[in-house]
Amino acid sequence: MTDASELYQSLILDHNRAPRNFRAMEQPDRSAEGYNPLCGDQLKVWLKLDGDRIADVSFQGSGCAISKASASLMTTAVKGKTLAEAGKMFDSFHRMVTGAGGPADDLPSKLAVFAGVREFPARVKCASLAWHALSSAMHAPDTASPGATSS
Amino acid sequence: MTATHPGAVVAGGLDVARLRHDFPVLRAVVNGRPLAYLDNGATSQKPRAVVEAESDFALLENANVHRGVHTLSQRATARYDAVREQLRRFLNAAVADEIVFTSGTTAAINLVAQSYGRSVLRPGDEILLSEMEHHSNIVPWQLVAEAVGARIRAIPVTGTGELDLDAVPALLTDRTRIVAITHVSNVLGTVNPVRRIADLAHAAGAVVLVDGAQGVPHLPVDVQALGADFYVASAHKMYGPTGVGFLYGRLALLEAMPPWQGGGGMIQTVSFEGTTYAPVPARFEAGTPPVCQVMGLGAAIDYLGQLDWAAVQRHEAELLGYAIERVGTVPGVRFIGTAREQVGVLSFVLEGIHPHDVGTVLDLHGVAVRASHHCAQPLMRRFGVSGTVRASFALYNTRAEVDQLVGGLREARKVFGS
Repeated sequence: MTDASELYQSLILDHNRAPRNFRAMEQPDRSAEGYNPLCGDQLKVWLKLDGDRIADVSFQGSGCAISKASASLMTTAVKGKTLAEAGKMFDSFHRMVTGAGGPADDLPSKLAVFAGVREFPARVKCASLAWHALSSAMHAPDTASPGATSS
Repeated sequence: MTATHPGAVVAGGLDVARLRHDFPVLRAVVNGRPLAYLDNGATSQKPRAVVEAESDFALLENANVHRGVHTLSQRATARYDAVREQLRRFLNAAVADEIVFTSGTTAAINLVAQSYGRSVLRPGDEILLSEMEHHSNIVPWQLVAEAVGARIRAIPVTGTGELDLDAVPALLTDRTRIVAITHVSNVLGTVNPVRRIADLAHAAGAVVLVDGAQGVPHLPVDVQALGADFYVASAHKMYGPTGVGFLYGRLALLEAMPPWQGGGGMIQTVSFEGTTYAPVPARFEAGTPPVCQVMGLGAAIDYLGQLDWAAVQRHEAELLGYAIERVGTVPGVRFIGTAREQVGVLSFVLEGIHPHDVGTVLDLHGVAVRASHHCAQPLMRRFGVSGTVRASFALYNTRAEVDQLVGGLREARKVFGS
């Protein structure tokens, strides 16, 4: 890939400009922070659960277009899914961006816009930062006490 | 001692086209474009002469130093110490024993922090740094400060990216033992007034360490004229190999310093009752040093030595001026660092586009830059940015490469629709 617009597809640019679910959550059940010390990108992911289903998910943070758009698209993809389904999605997404497999069937088609990231090893961590934070949040204890985080 | 490239100097100017032949990597094609290597602040490219000096030594003359009575070992030792003498001249140190080989700038700062710092610092003492320091001139001091109960203070940086000299007198107290500042900022390109700060520091009874990693590639360095008690740098940013750097230390200071790392080569006698240490510089060179890389460093100094430095500096200043002018024509560019004295480095942000994304688009354009916090997070906070795009130049860079950079920036704006 030598054309920037193949990496920065319009869906990515759209979610970078206007990220969805970009807000702090009051009284979340789970939360976790993701930080990439290499570039300083950081974000926080909040979850509201209904049983084992993700009733609401949101994020906030600063980062490049890839990390912000990935976080935004992730929130739209996992909302309403069970923790197990979201976990499987994370695995598929990770395989896709690291080049270990193509876009998997169980991955919402719009997440395939990140398939191009595999050509950019330095940017894989940008695309997967939010997913790692989500995974930490899913495995974190319930945040009964405000401000409790895990990463 | 190593072959120089005859004819690389052109009277009254720098024959950059000819110099570029000495750096084969500059002919590389990246993502379908000719490489424009503007990441020299991270590491410079190496001329053929440097790589050949390393490989010739490894293939034809390899032996350990200061170890054997055999001919190859003696020859290696002589050549190793000859590079020390080259460095002495390069830096205008008083004697060659003031030069210690290290694995790089970082190791040299850690050596001073752990050896000098630990032996002089008492609880409540102060170490004065600056807001524009690289993490490697911050963290080693924090480690020793934590261990001995000393305190870190920092000279603030002005909006133009210069050290706020007015703030220095108040920051220098009777508790200040060490002042550690960079010669040239790796983010801003600012050339700091080292001599003025050294005079103030010395008047306050402190010693001065100068981080020369970004200084030596661009400026002639005279450690005595600078008033530096310690001066440290890496070979790989001055056209030499990775894995080797040096510490210059005033002899009286080095001689009073305890060893940092123990091992072979740094002792006089060893017994289980006690060990006596070798005189400097051997005291600070425990273990087998990077002998091959030292040969490469010697070749790098030779390479620089046969250039007309006035012409090199003129070329680099012209190129930086051209880059400031051309990059400044791209809408949305904001320069970070506009010091009166600036060399080799141009940092900026492009409004609405994260530096990483700019870096990726530039890469697809064949342009290598660094886009990050540049291991200077306190400075990023000072300027309220998460990172910058940094183009950093070397003597072989050209106006065409600057044009390629500008083309890439315009492409980034197009891709992001800004």
